[in-house]
Amino acid sequence: MNVFHGKGVYGAVAIGRASVFSRQSTEVRRIRITDPAYELSRIESAKAQALEELSAIHEKALREVGEANAEIFGIHMMMLEDDDYNDSIRSIIETQSVNAEYAVAVTSDNFAEMFAAMEDAYMQARAADVRDISNRLIACLTGGTEAAAQGTDKRIVCADDLAPSETVSLDKERVLAFVTAAGSANSHTAILARNMNIPAVIGVGQAFLEQLSDGVLLIVDGHTGDVYVDPDEETQQRMEQKMAEDARKKQLLQELRGKDNVTLDGRHIHIFANISGVDSIGAVLANDAGGIGLFRSEFLYLESEDYPTEEEQFTAYRKVLERMAGRKVIVRTLDIGADKQIGYFGLDKEDNPALGFRAIRICLTRPELFRTQLRALYRASAYGDLGIMFPMITSESEVQQCLAMCKQVQNELQADGLPFDPDTELGIMIETPAAAVISDRLAPLVDFFSVGTNDLTQYTLACDRQNPRLEPFVDTHHEAILRLIEMAAQNAHKNGAWIGICGELAADVTLTETFLRMGIDELSVSPPFVLPLREQVRSLRIE
Amino acid sequence: MKTFTYTIQDEIGIHARPAGNLVKLIKGFESAVTIEKEGKPPVSGTALMKLMGLGVKCGDTVKFSVDGADEEAAAAAIVDFMQANL
Repeated sequence: MNVFHGKGVYGAVAIGRASVFSRQSTEVRRIRITDPAYELSRIESAKAQALEELSAIHEKALREVGEANAEIFGIHMMMLEDDDYNDSIRSIIETQSVNAEYAVAVTSDNFAEMFAAMEDAYMQARAADVRDISNRLIACLTGGTEAAAQGTDKRIVCADDLAPSETVSLDKERVLAFVTAAGSANSHTAILARNMNIPAVIGVGQAFLEQLSDGVLLIVDGHTGDVYVDPDEETQQRMEQKMAEDARKKQLLQELRGKDNVTLDGRHIHIFANISGVDSIGAVLANDAGGIGLFRSEFLYLESEDYPTEEEQFTAYRKVLERMAGRKVIVRTLDIGADKQIGYFGLDKEDNPALGFRAIRICLTRPELFRTQLRALYRASAYGDLGIMFPMITSESEVQQCLAMCKQVQNELQADGLPFDPDTELGIMIETPAAAVISDRLAPLVDFFSVGTNDLTQYTLACDRQNPRLEPFVDTHHEAILRLIEMAAQNAHKNGAWIGICGELAADVTLTETFLRMGIDELSVSPPFVLPLREQVRSLRIE
Repeated sequence: MKTFTYTIQDEIGIHARPAGNLVKLIKGFESAVTIEKEGKPPVSGTALMKLMGLGVKCGDTVKFSVDGADEEAAAAAIVDFMQANL
């Protein structure tokens, strides 16, 4: 047995046989031809086939991963029909009397180089798109069908890395799990796997693929990121138990669906869910969350190749509100920077990104960006019970600037005759010690607080979240953190505001009693933690 | 022939999506359209990749030349598109 370790992007265990993903070789030979007209007709039919394939992938992506992720394939189709791209292929065939595959490969190189040479990082990344469409065209020319999981049984797909079009093309019904040698947690593959609810471990390293062959038994543990190759009896039994336990827990918790979040002595608390995309709403409803306490809007930006437009954002927010059918939905405005970077934002590299240019600081510096998001949010507010919250607040003046922008957007929408809810609740994240300490001044400005315990812990204890060596020094139950939360809770209530917790600490059932005693009004956790938390609340006595 | 200039207001400039939509719009007209960014040779308004390749950013001024039977309508549509999106 060999064990490899990577990053688990979807927490579930899968046991099954490996299917090693292989691509068609794209090595192209230059062949002299005598009938250019024949090569040109081959190009035409290959292009038609490639467009058909892309159109099918686009449709599939729209259904499975949403419009923002699918758009890249629409752009691929337009690139494939680009006049210059096609003229270049035609002219190489005609003037050099060479085969169609070679003409495509040379054209691909030329256009990819043009993009790669541009200053803008976003445009440089378009080189990969040119190569992706060109490789597809060449595969169509050589009569290759797309590589996919072989056989009819369910397999664990193993690859060095998967392009977005490859991930989406896989037949979900036949994929038990993904394992990739390369890739990061923010790669397209990871995001797509998460959205498709397929267990996946990524970045296990190249050594994993070197000795792997089709049909080898694998166990993928998406909880821990471990991948077992040819597991021994004992490991198999252990993992089967883990699967059974997962299933049993799920079953037990289902019985709590529809029940109140109320303590033995009658104290109620709201339990909401944290989500990162429209696709997670199914999980929110399946786990019976009372609302969405944190919708991480940055994923609209992370999953997109370009700044999402007002319309795209409006559509996404509206969809969430409509599907939540009147339950509260709190959207956190753009929170990027630090550990979440987006190429097309063109942000400078920082020595100390956690203390850097991020979240509300970006939005207040680039008001157009902020305005687009707020317009989309307010337009969506007409379709349900929306709350908007601002991340990384440290001062009253930041809150006042946010409120002024909200007012401006409301006036604009009124002038445009667009419907919105003027009573949309506005709140701030309490995730810096500064915000907690001056929460008496901040509370009168807003309707609610939401405590982001991950950042609050990092800033209070001066421990970088990204540095694994600091783990022994991070005490998430540190009294300083709990005191800050309690202070914020008291100041919120004194000023008629409510307070929730949306960080990881909210899901820690050993603190539920403490939070209830502090008077916390709402806890927001990942969908799978909603029912365990309800179980805990129902077992407590507070008075 | 009609010519006019437009200065990009949008903070991201002519990226893939707006370039694709602009090309789609221009293809709907008979007139030939060229787009020129200072210091670079003009590109055809129907050439998606070349248009992206211009790397037009916020603050850049681009010159449009529209020539053909429906040049009035085409120019008006382009101006509308630029004002609404870029």
